[in-house]
Amino acid sequence: MGWLQRLRGTFSRSGDDFDAEARFHLDERTDEYVRRGMYPEDARQAALRRFGSITLAKERTGDADMLRWLHDFRRDTAYAVRMLLRSPGFSVLAILCLTLGIGANAAVFSWIEGILLRPYPLVVDQDRLFAVTGTDRGAPGHSDVSWPDWLELQRRSTLVDAFIGEKITGSTLSIGDRAERASGSMVSANYFDAIGVHPMLGRGFEPGEDSGRNAHPVTVISYQIWQERFRGDPAIIGKTQVLAGLPHTIVGVMPKGFFGTFVGYAFQFWVPASMQAQFDAGVYKLEDRGARWIEGFVRLKPGVTIEQAQAELSAIAARLEADYPETNRGRGIRLWPLWQTPFNNAGALLPTLGIALVVVLSVLLIACANVGNLLLVRAFSRQQEMTIRLSVGAGRGRLVKQLMTEGLILSAIAAAGGLVVATWLRNALALLTPPRGGVLLRLPGDLDWRVLALSAGVCVIATLLFGLVPAMLSSNVDLAGALRSQSGGVVGARSRAWVRSALVLVQVSLSFVLLVGAGLLIKSLQAVRSASPGFSTAGVLATGVDLFTAGYDPQRARTFQDELVDRLQAIGGVESAAFSRMTPFSYRNYSTAPIAVDGYDAPPDQQPTADYNEIGPGYLSTMGIPLVSGREFTRADNETAQLVAIVDETMAAQFWRGADPVGRRVQVRGRWMQIVGLARTAKYRNLLETPKPFLYVPLRQNFSATTALLIRTPQGPATLAPVLVREIHALDPNVAPSELITMREQVDRTTAAQRISVTILVVFGGLALVLAAIGLYGVMAATVSQSTRELALRMALGASASDLLRLVLSKGLVLTAGGLALGLVAALQATRLLGYLLYKVAPHDPLAFASAFMVIAAASLVACVVPAWRATRTDPLRALRG
Amino acid sequence: MLRRHRKPDALQGTLDLLVLKTLSRGPHHGYGIAADIESISDDILRVEEGSLYPALHRMEHLGWITAEWQTTANNRRARLYKLTRAGQKRLEDEQVKWDRLTKAVGKVLRFA
Repeated sequence: MGWLQRLRGTFSRSGDDFDAEARFHLDERTDEYVRRGMYPEDARQAALRRFGSITLAKERTGDADMLRWLHDFRRDTAYAVRMLLRSPGFSVLAILCLTLGIGANAAVFSWIEGILLRPYPLVVDQDRLFAVTGTDRGAPGHSDVSWPDWLELQRRSTLVDAFIGEKITGSTLSIGDRAERASGSMVSANYFDAIGVHPMLGRGFEPGEDSGRNAHPVTVISYQIWQERFRGDPAIIGKTQVLAGLPHTIVGVMPKGFFGTFVGYAFQFWVPASMQAQFDAGVYKLEDRGARWIEGFVRLKPGVTIEQAQAELSAIAARLEADYPETNRGRGIRLWPLWQTPFNNAGALLPTLGIALVVVLSVLLIACANVGNLLLVRAFSRQQEMTIRLSVGAGRGRLVKQLMTEGLILSAIAAAGGLVVATWLRNALALLTPPRGGVLLRLPGDLDWRVLALSAGVCVIATLLFGLVPAMLSSNVDLAGALRSQSGGVVGARSRAWVRSALVLVQVSLSFVLLVGAGLLIKSLQAVRSASPGFSTAGVLATGVDLFTAGYDPQRARTFQDELVDRLQAIGGVESAAFSRMTPFSYRNYSTAPIAVDGYDAPPDQQPTADYNEIGPGYLSTMGIPLVSGREFTRADNETAQLVAIVDETMAAQFWRGADPVGRRVQVRGRWMQIVGLARTAKYRNLLETPKPFLYVPLRQNFSATTALLIRTPQGPATLAPVLVREIHALDPNVAPSELITMREQVDRTTAAQRISVTILVVFGGLALVLAAIGLYGVMAATVSQSTRELALRMALGASASDLLRLVLSKGLVLTAGGLALGLVAALQATRLLGYLLYKVAPHDPLAFASAFMVIAAASLVACVVPAWRATRTDPLRALRG
Repeated sequence: MLRRHRKPDALQGTLDLLVLKTLSRGPHHGYGIAADIESISDDILRVEEGSLYPALHRMEHLGWITAEWQTTANNRRARLYKLTRAGQKRLEDEQVKWDRLTKAVGKVLRFA
């Protein structure tokens, strides 16, 4: 139990103990000497002499007391606090630099934790959770899984604990007099049990509730709508709520803090997968092996690796392919780590957050270099203190420890400030992400213990980075040298100068890399903005009209749609209007179907598929998508007429090898359609997509009552919105359009990832530049002030002011040039990380490099001119005499 | 870093041995230990206070001896040291080593 005693000894007042013991010893010794015949006075003196240095004995006893270290630490801390208070300007600057560095890091850590690593609050065992999607042989990316396949996987797999199926959906939520869009999820019946989150009121779904066409109209609602929309009604269970046009019984309320399992959105309700047809505008897919719509997660059994599970699921998928070649040809199953989940915002944010991490680490490095530089400058002015402390016997280790303590206090304060910054920044990502009509965004940072621990680690590493070198250098004072003159420096030749120059080199090069990155992303964003999506973004407005939820049957809906288009086109200022199932660039998915074409033989193990949009008459002209040949759909292409389709040029090139396909036929989902038109290829989902075959079918022949409405008009949304509402209400006062926005805005919403990256890089790139400029200024200013004597001598020997200016400037610019060269090498490597965020910009774009170069050069010129100018003001007489 | 495991040098080891041996005859305070060693060795061995107390504290923390405050006969507060079992064991080990060492030195001296 030695350590316990040592610990007690450390905190108990062992010094007093020792004094008492020594006093006893002296008293006894004095008595002894008195017994031997000395006078008490002399005896006392003799005893004292005999004892020797009480302080020394006490020190040595204290040494044994151990945790000496703790004593030292306490003393060092007190001393460090005093020293930091004595130079508040330095302390504030250093703490500010580090706060920004550490805060930015903590914020990005918290984003990565809250969005990528453990994105789902309350969900258990997220480290065994993996996303699962389908794949198509020969096609990149992912697709969904059909419900029969999903059940089969579940039945045959032995390594998977639970298959957690879900699909994002939405409904108008009309409670009282308020109607708004709410996002929700269709889930497998085991959903709540499998994720380990149980309703706080009522129940989850029961086994079997996910089967049977629209057989179980029950719903579990979120705590949030229970509180906000139902005012926390304690008797909510058993009440009904209309969702997607059908009354659902509310069977459960989820606990506070549960938002579902979809990165980016907070879900408001959950329904069993059996309600799929109701939420998909009546298309029943539960027994259709060809309809792929479900996605979700698997929880692996403990100890099972993703590779093992992947191998098993691929084997099952291969057997399904053999058993059901008609529907499953070329289809596979793929597992993804949560942070790569392709069907929610995790996959989209992954590169952005990766870049953010690199950027904030660079900023932290720059901040550390700056603080290190500041510490060096201060160490120089504290040289006398160090010299004195060394000469009165302080060990070098003690000095280093002392300086490191000061550094640790600086970074501890900065870390505390950084966590405050991180708390502010927690929801910054959600703020940078554009809203999507009524859908609750949720992109939170999570400041859990892992993030705190990591931030503490960063703080310690930062201290070592910025503190150790200056501490070693300044404790290594040359005693004799320090006694000599202090102002004998020469420009460019000073003991510690190379370390400081190296720090500046690192800063300049890192800033250069960040600025190049920012420049590339800005250019890319401009390219994205000015890129043509293949349809008009100006003069076209988009909104949604959901007739299915309003309870329309297909016949009534068709009539309503025709009448509304007629009414709108009769308004002055509206050129045309058209319905379609989907607006391009919306977050919903296009219909997709297996296709066949006469004379085109796909490889035997592949099943050609294509996405398509169901469009009304005049859609292409309203959207401004040019027809290459043939015609648009008309009202005559109705449910009784011959089935028709329009294909795009990409599809024509692939299936008809560039020949005009008008007049040929294509089979979509087993139905042959006559091709009546060839449309120019447009972008359908986002600006960066690679062209895939795409076709259009008439809305009339492939009906959906949930539709988008597109209006070509020179008027803005604000002017047209009331007109639109008036016209719709004239037809039916119970139908309301959703948000009316320009197509421009619709397109901009898909470039959120680029804009977030640009914002992060520009903000932090600018910050880095400022920090680097401060660093360069610091070095130059110190160089000048330390070499006053040399400058004076040069002046006395006839150097003109401009000579001195050139001398100092050239020294600063050599540093900058070195940093730029280093940065160039790093940037050429690093910009490739920007990957898919770059659109029509080469990673080595000369313009981005040149502008970063100019910005850095300008900033360093500014940082050097002031010290250089001061050099020219050296008064040779005073400097040489002094 | 907390405690340096230095190899006790011969001198220190000897002082430890003497202190432990003295304490094996019963609890004693620092002054008494020093006085005992001096009187038994006929004043040949003189214990430096500057070495004695650090040694006592070190051995206390190694768990060889324990200490507590007591009032002596002449009504002074003294810190009384007592041998522990670990200390007893240590004393025996050290004594064996010491005997072997002196025997070896004696042999060499006689031979030479």
